[in-house]
Amino acid sequence: MKQPILQLTNIHKSFPGVKALDGACLNVYPGQVMALLGENGAGKSTLMKVITGIYSLDEGDIRYQDKPVRFNGPRDSQQAGISIIHQELNLLPELTIAENIFLGRENTNIFGAINWSVMFEQADKLLKRLKVKHKSSTQLSELSLGEQQMVEIAKALSFKSKVIIMDEPTDALTDSEVESLFDVINELRDEGYGIVYISHRLKEIFEICDDITVLRDGKFIAEKPVSSMDEDKLIELMVGRRLDEQYPRIESTHGTVCLEVKELYAKATHGVSFTLNHGEILGISGLMGAGRTELMKVIYGALARESGDIILNGQIINPRNSQQALASGIAYISEDRKGDGLVLGLSVKDNMSLCALKDLSTGWQLDHKAEATSVTDFIRLFNIKTPSMDQIIGNLSGGNQQKVAIAKGLMTKPKVLILDEPTRGVDVGAKKEIYQLINKFKAEGMSIILVSSEMPEVLGMSDRILVMHQGQISGQFNVKEADQEKLMACAVGKNNNGVAA
Amino acid sequence: MTNFESSQSSRHFLSKAWFIEQKSLIALIVLIAVVSVLNEYFFTIDNLLNILRQTSVIAILAAGMTLVILTAGIDLSVGSILALCGAFAASMISLEIPAVIAVLVALLGGAILGSITGLVIAKGKVQAFIATLVMMTLLRGVTMVYTDGRPISTGFTDIADHFAWFGTGYMFGIPVPVWLMIFVFATIWYLLNHTRFGRYVYALGGNESATKLSGINVDRIKIGVYSICGLLSALAGIIITSRLSSAQPTAGMGYELDAIAAVVVGGTSLAGGRGYIMGTLIGALIIGVLNNALNLLDVSSYFQMIVKAAVILLAVLVDNKNK
Repeated sequence: MKQPILQLTNIHKSFPGVKALDGACLNVYPGQVMALLGENGAGKSTLMKVITGIYSLDEGDIRYQDKPVRFNGPRDSQQAGISIIHQELNLLPELTIAENIFLGRENTNIFGAINWSVMFEQADKLLKRLKVKHKSSTQLSELSLGEQQMVEIAKALSFKSKVIIMDEPTDALTDSEVESLFDVINELRDEGYGIVYISHRLKEIFEICDDITVLRDGKFIAEKPVSSMDEDKLIELMVGRRLDEQYPRIESTHGTVCLEVKELYAKATHGVSFTLNHGEILGISGLMGAGRTELMKVIYGALARESGDIILNGQIINPRNSQQALASGIAYISEDRKGDGLVLGLSVKDNMSLCALKDLSTGWQLDHKAEATSVTDFIRLFNIKTPSMDQIIGNLSGGNQQKVAIAKGLMTKPKVLILDEPTRGVDVGAKKEIYQLINKFKAEGMSIILVSSEMPEVLGMSDRILVMHQGQISGQFNVKEADQEKLMACAVGKNNNGVAA
Repeated sequence: MTNFESSQSSRHFLSKAWFIEQKSLIALIVLIAVVSVLNEYFFTIDNLLNILRQTSVIAILAAGMTLVILTAGIDLSVGSILALCGAFAASMISLEIPAVIAVLVALLGGAILGSITGLVIAKGKVQAFIATLVMMTLLRGVTMVYTDGRPISTGFTDIADHFAWFGTGYMFGIPVPVWLMIFVFATIWYLLNHTRFGRYVYALGGNESATKLSGINVDRIKIGVYSICGLLSALAGIIITSRLSSAQPTAGMGYELDAIAAVVVGGTSLAGGRGYIMGTLIGALIIGVLNNALNLLDVSSYFQMIVKAAVILLAVLVDNKNK
C-alpha cells in the first residue's frame, strides 16, 4: 500500500444544530485518482472546505506530506500545494488567460510594472502542457467552458500543486471536452499528482478513478479500490441503511387528477409529463442541478415555457407569470428563502400576507384588521415562534422563517402547493412540525408537490415519486415499490424507469 | 401573547427605542432650540412660516423621491421635470388658459414624463441612475429649447393672478405651498401605510426577486413610483413658477440632490425597502431650518455648503450606528 500524500482522519465539524462531519476520513495517494462520493448533504463540500481551511475543524487530524498541518485559508493551502477547482469556476472573463493564471502573483519589476513577456511565456508553457490551443494573451471569455476548466488546472499547476481536487468538473462540459479532461487527468496521474475527483456521475467514476471514498451523513463509510466495485454496490454504500426518521404518513384517498403537465419543454426542462391527483403528495427526487427547481418555476410561471401544456382541473392554464399561476391556484414556496422566498427586511406579517393582499383589502385600501386576524391565525396554526407579527423576519430562526414562507403560499388558498426543499436549513424539531402540516393539508384534499434532495424525506412523505435527471424524468415510482437504491440509480442516470426518455 | 405586548410597549413614548426611532425629529427640535437662543428673530411666526414655505418645494420633491428610493431606485430628473412643467404651465397661463386647467395639465405632463422614465427602467432594464440621468439632461435641454433660454412670464391677466395664488396665497393664515406640502405628505403616508401599492413598494425595495415570485407585477410598481415622483416634481414646478410669476429655464437645478439629502437625513435607506415618509418631511425641515439659521446668523453662503454637508454626513453616520 502506498503512503498517502494527504491524509484526513476522523474529522468532526459541527454547525449550530447540525453535525456536518462526524468522523470523516479521506486519503489521497500520489499518482492516483480518488473518487469522493456521497449523497447531497453527505459532507463532501464541507470536507473540502476543511481541507482548504475555509472552515476550522472541531476535531481530527490532517497530515500532508507526513506532517500534521492546519491551513488558515485557501491561500495558505494553495501555497502548500493543494488546489481546488470548484464547480463554479473562479475566473475573471474580462482578463486574459495569463492574467487569470497569475492573478495576485504577477511577476513585476521593481516599479511594480508587470513583466508581460515573462508572464505570457510561462502561461503559454502551461497551456501547451495541457494541450490548450490558445495563446495565453487570449481573453478568457473567448474560451469554451471546457477550455476554461483547463485554465483552472493550469493555475493549479502553476502553484506547483501536488494535490488537485476537482468538484463536479464535468457538469457543464460536452462529451469531447470530458474526454480531453480525462486525458489530462490521466497524464497528471502518471506524473505523480494526487487527485480527488468529486462527481455523482457514476460512469465517470469507473472510467477515471482508482479508488473510492464514500461519505454518508458526514461519516466515513468506506475506502475501496474501484476494481472491487460495481454500480449497484456503490449506490448501496452511498445510500446505506438509515434508521428511519419518523415520518407521520397518512394514506391518501385516491383522488382524481388535479394537475397535469404534458410534454413540457423549457430551458432546463426537456419533455416532462406527469399528473398530480387531488389529496396526493408527489415527491420529486433527484440530484442538485437535475432541473427540479427549474421545472417547478416553469409550472409556476416564473420561468418561460417553450412548449407543452399545464392543465389544472381540466383547463389549460399555461401561466405566463406568477400572478396568473397564483390566480389559477398554484402556489410555489421557493427553496431559496433568502434569494427569492422572503423579503428579509420586512416583518412577519408583511411577508406572510404578500401574495394574498388582494383578498385582504377593499379596493385600494388594506384591511389591516383582516390581515392581522389571518396572520395571527397562521402564526398560531403553524406554531411560529416570533415575539410579534411585526418582528423583522430576518431575526427568526430558519425553521420559523420557513413556516412563514409556507403560510404565505397557503394564504392564497391554492389548489396545488409546490414545496421546494421545505426543510432545508431547518432543525429537526421544526422539520417534524412541517411534515405534520403538509400532511394536514393533504388530508384536506390539497395536492402537493414536494421537491427534496433528501431521499428519506421523499420516501417518507410521498404517495408517488418522480426522479429527475438532466431535465427529464428518469424514474416514476409508487412509494411502496421505491427504495433509496432505486431512486439513486435513476438520479444518477443509470436506470430509466417508467417513462420513455 | 405576553411577548407580543412587550415588544409593542418598547416603542412607547419617550422610551429608548422611541428615541432611536425618532432621532431625526429630536435633532430637528434641538436644532430649533439652539438657533432660537442664538437669534431672537428665528422663533417668530413669520420666520417659521417662511421656513415652511421655503422648504415646501424641496419637501414635495423629496416625498416623491422617498417612494422611488424605497424601491431601491433613484430619480435625478426631478429638477428638470420641475423646470419643464413650470415653463409649460407658465406658457399656458400666458395664453389665458384657466389656471385650474393649466395646473392639472402640467401635473399630468409631469406624471407622463415620470412614467416614461419608469418604463425605460422597468421594461428596458436600464439602471435607474442612468435612465434618470438621461432624463435629467434631456428634459433640461428640452426646457432650454422650449423657452429659448429666457424666462416665460405668466403675464398680467386675471388668470395670472389666480395662478399666483398657488405660490403666494394664504389659507387660514398659512401659505398655500405649505398646505400643498401637508396634503402631499398625508397622501403619500396613506399610500405607503394603507394601500397594497405601498406594501409592494417596500417589498420591491427589500427583495425584488422575492416580490416578483410572490406574483406581484413589479414593473407596474416601478412605473407607478416614477410617475408619482414626476407628478410631484411638476407640482413643485408650479409652486415656483407661481411664486415668481414666471418660469425660469434654470429652475430646480441641483434640487434632486437636496431632495435625496432630505430623504437620507430622514432615515430612508438608499438600498431600498426601509424608511418612513414622515422621516423625509423632518429631513427636509432640518435642511430648511439649517439654511434659514445660517442666513440669520450671517454665515456666508460659501460656508453654508460646508455646514450642510457636515450635517448630512453626521445624520447618515448616526443612522448607520443604530442599525
